[in-house]
Amino acid sequence: MNRAGSVDFSLWGAFRCIVARDLTLAMRRRADVLTTLFFFVIVVSLFPLGIGPEMATLRIMAPGVVWVAALLASMLSLERMFSADYRDGTLEQMLLTPQPLPVLVLGKVFAHWLVSGLPLVLIAPLLGVQYDLPPEGLLILAVSLLVGTPVLSLIGAIGAGLTLGVRGGGVLVSLLVLPLYIPVLIFGAGGVDAAMSGLGAQAHLSLLGAFLLGALILAPWAAGAALRISME
Amino acid sequence: MPKINWFKYSSPQAFYPLIGKMIPWFTVLAVAFTLPGLYFGFFVAPPDYQQGESYRIMFIHVPAAWMSMFIYVVMAGYAGMGLVLNSRLSSMMASALAPTGAMFTFLALWTGALWGKPMWGTWWVWDARLTSELILLFLYIGFLSLQAAIDEPRRAARASAVLALVGVVNIPIIYFSVKWWNTLHQGASITVTKAPTMAASMFTAMILLTFAFWMYTIAVALMRVRCEILERERNSEWVAQAVGRSR
Repeated sequence: MNRAGSVDFSLWGAFRCIVARDLTLAMRRRADVLTTLFFFVIVVSLFPLGIGPEMATLRIMAPGVVWVAALLASMLSLERMFSADYRDGTLEQMLLTPQPLPVLVLGKVFAHWLVSGLPLVLIAPLLGVQYDLPPEGLLILAVSLLVGTPVLSLIGAIGAGLTLGVRGGGVLVSLLVLPLYIPVLIFGAGGVDAAMSGLGAQAHLSLLGAFLLGALILAPWAAGAALRISME
Repeated sequence: MPKINWFKYSSPQAFYPLIGKMIPWFTVLAVAFTLPGLYFGFFVAPPDYQQGESYRIMFIHVPAAWMSMFIYVVMAGYAGMGLVLNSRLSSMMASALAPTGAMFTFLALWTGALWGKPMWGTWWVWDARLTSELILLFLYIGFLSLQAAIDEPRRAARASAVLALVGVVNIPIIYFSVKWWNTLHQGASITVTKAPTMAASMFTAMILLTFAFWMYTIAVALMRVRCEILERERNSEWVAQAVGRSR
């Protein structure tokens, strides 16, 4: 909606409207956003305590640890993607709008990623420094997370849509979504490993980019179908 | 020539007596393929020149792995059909196939581990094909638990159908993993395009056991569908009659 009060009915307008709304809501409840971020930081910090402080071991483990923590953090924040809208009836209104549902879903996913995925990307290099990663490793870690975390949000939207209002939904969503996250984990962490061993991360990053494009095309439709099933 | 109504059997009421007649046939076929298959596998096929006798677990392992992927594709096909055509029987078939598929996936992993210990010296390696087969097991478990978590049968069927269709992406990855990544798991010895690179008796045993597993799957899935039909249609007149008569 623009200032004059008239409504922009185009697809782009609908997308922007959803993103702006979700970001506003997130800004009003900042604690929720920070919880995901702190969860990520704490999980990553737990590993040196459990394994021991040898830097050589930690450097080898760092890409995997950071990526697994990102997977878990992204999974934990999935519940927030649709459930508040589901409870207060907004979601039902969204299904009734003339704009295609996948576009609205894409807007919600994008807002969700800005709130819960992007902070992880920004803080990851700092955590990488704690693990004594070399500079090229830090760069590739941030880039792989930048390309990979939107895929996690997109795939997660399907799981979040399917488990909406289902009993035990929080645990169930992990069972549904984590197997589908595995390829992203393999190529994300693999890319950082490859960069550190001097092989170059281009192949891994290209595959992550391919996942992102594929998920951008398919996931909003699947998540839209899931929402319709959950709301009928 | 009278026109056959192919859609007649998409109604559970018409399908129920038909499956009752089909189950014994598929059971007999399963046994009829298993016995010669095992005989060929254990007594006729020669020992492998490298692996000795322990390669014989392949006669269970390979068909189980094939079936685990094949059942997932068929299940996803039925799930998609249920989603698009809204036919009750398709989604019942999908949910009836899932437990058998999960069982074959587990069997493939288990027999693979038993073979891996003497051959590779380890029960498990994080090889591309093993990992993706493990993911397949997780997908089956996700499908089953999503279905179990939703009480309303229609929503359960449709939600798990979406999940099954999303998971289909994994099947080509498993199938081609040994080609794409050159890892520990050996490549396929049997392909459609080339002659099999194994002795004819080994090939016979493997094919016979594959058909045995296939027939077993059909028989068991149909049995589950029969129970499912009775459960979902329990308030209808014909179920009362069918069950009442057999009591």
